[in-house]
Amino acid sequence: MSMEEKLNPQITRIPPSGIRKFFDVVNEMPDAISLGVGEPDFVTPWNIREAAMYSLEQGKTQYTSNSGMPQLREAICRYLKTRFQVEYDWTHETLITVGASEGIDLAMRAVLQPGDEVLVPDPSYVSYDPCVRMAYGVTVPIKTRASEGFKLMPEDVLRAITPRTKAIIVPYPNNPTGGVMEREYLRDLALALEKTDLVVISDEIYGELTYTDQGHVSIASMPGMQERTVLLSGFSKCLAMTGWRVGYACGPAPLIAAMTKIHQYTMLCAPIMGQNAALEGIESEMEHDYREMARMRRQYNRRRRIMLDGFARMGMDCFEPLGAFYAFPSIAATGMTSDEFCEKLLYEQHVAVVPGTAFGESGEGHVRCCYAVATDKIREALERMSAFMARHRK
Amino acid sequence: MSSIREEILEILAEDARTTVQQLAIMLGVREQEVEEEIRALEKDHVIMNWGAQINWEKTGSEKVDALIEVRITPQRDRGYSAIARRIYQFEEVTAVYLMSGGFDLMVMVTGASMRQVAFFVAEKLATIDGVLSAATHFVLKKYKDNGQLMDVEDLDERLVIAP
Repeated sequence: MSMEEKLNPQITRIPPSGIRKFFDVVNEMPDAISLGVGEPDFVTPWNIREAAMYSLEQGKTQYTSNSGMPQLREAICRYLKTRFQVEYDWTHETLITVGASEGIDLAMRAVLQPGDEVLVPDPSYVSYDPCVRMAYGVTVPIKTRASEGFKLMPEDVLRAITPRTKAIIVPYPNNPTGGVMEREYLRDLALALEKTDLVVISDEIYGELTYTDQGHVSIASMPGMQERTVLLSGFSKCLAMTGWRVGYACGPAPLIAAMTKIHQYTMLCAPIMGQNAALEGIESEMEHDYREMARMRRQYNRRRRIMLDGFARMGMDCFEPLGAFYAFPSIAATGMTSDEFCEKLLYEQHVAVVPGTAFGESGEGHVRCCYAVATDKIREALERMSAFMARHRK
Repeated sequence: MSSIREEILEILAEDARTTVQQLAIMLGVREQEVEEEIRALEKDHVIMNWGAQINWEKTGSEKVDALIEVRITPQRDRGYSAIARRIYQFEEVTAVYLMSGGFDLMVMVTGASMRQVAFFVAEKLATIDGVLSAATHFVLKKYKDNGQLMDVEDLDERLVIAP
């Protein structure tokens, strides 16, 4: 029996990520501009880095409690209450995870039994479906549309529910579309979900990067939702802390206890250096009126407008993204598939973008362009794309 | 959210070449509004000049910068300002600050050589009526100036494509 045959088919059946093939090509192209990145272009603010170094100097290198440092959990609960009007008990309803990514995995494993179905908006972040499968669940994609702001529509959700449906993922602001769910839409969705038994897994990692006047609204703050929702978030996007790997999960005590059990036996705890850094980040932001988050949000917002303006000028249809740092323009004008478009654009103009299909079937006909990129590079990339569109428009 | 005016300043402080058209796009407002704001900012001397920030060391120029701690006797009715004014008129002087603590004026001076700066201090600055002492400190290396790092490495170490 070969090693391949010994592997768990549940794992081997998961397709490899569709973006790897571009990766190597871009690395070989010195003048390539990548709009394919998936993280902030800022480095972690200095006060956070400095606090982490200080904690290392003090010899803080041990395990923490499985649930995470009490001070950090307490600070996160204070933050969620003042910022998004959701109240959690830091002792029983909060878990520090290794990035929000771990939270997705924990939530699936804590909730799913083999064959259970999970509703996932399509297109969405690439990890949801593999995490569902690794927990022996079944992903049921729910198509979202540019014309509806890529929002989850209650009627689509209700229509997809079967006796096996266990949970729904609500990932807003959305990667890759930049769609957000404003209060009134969340209220409608909550009204529909209230009549069901679904667990809501709300991935709010891009919450602080919302460009509406209303700002981010958590579905957990809707009537009847908190008792069935696990809120996943972290510090990677809002404080440019991707490499630190610190996130959190907040939800009903029994669910958090189950997630903590898995976390305890697989991770033990999130790294203490990251937790100390995150503690400085969240405390200093609360103390200084969220100035670093606001500074980065202002910068992203300007770049967002530059990119949208560029797409409009080259006649590329693009839904206005109101969150995260991605735009998801339609490439229908070229008649190409997403894959073809990305490959041609990369070879002809040396600009890397991600095919929409990497995020689900409904992503066909779109590409994801990240604007967490320096302004002059965005402008240059737009010029190259404009030349490309002029040449390939059908 | 900060006002349009504050955002214009934030952007221009970083890149003064940003055009009115670009500013209008970045802020989602009309070009005319940006033009009017900038005109007002210039008129009020909030925007003082549009000069580039130059790292002269890299041009091969041998310019020397010095920080001079100056102690002075304040003058009746006019305090420190009269002497400060006499000092800041000199071409060599790039900045003058009134300070708290052990001395009164901090004077930044630029010259072609250490010798020239030393002569300027000895002959022009120290001889002004009311100047009690002038201690010269030469700048050996600039690491950061006006909020800018002098040796900028443009490193983007992010994964080029990530989900």
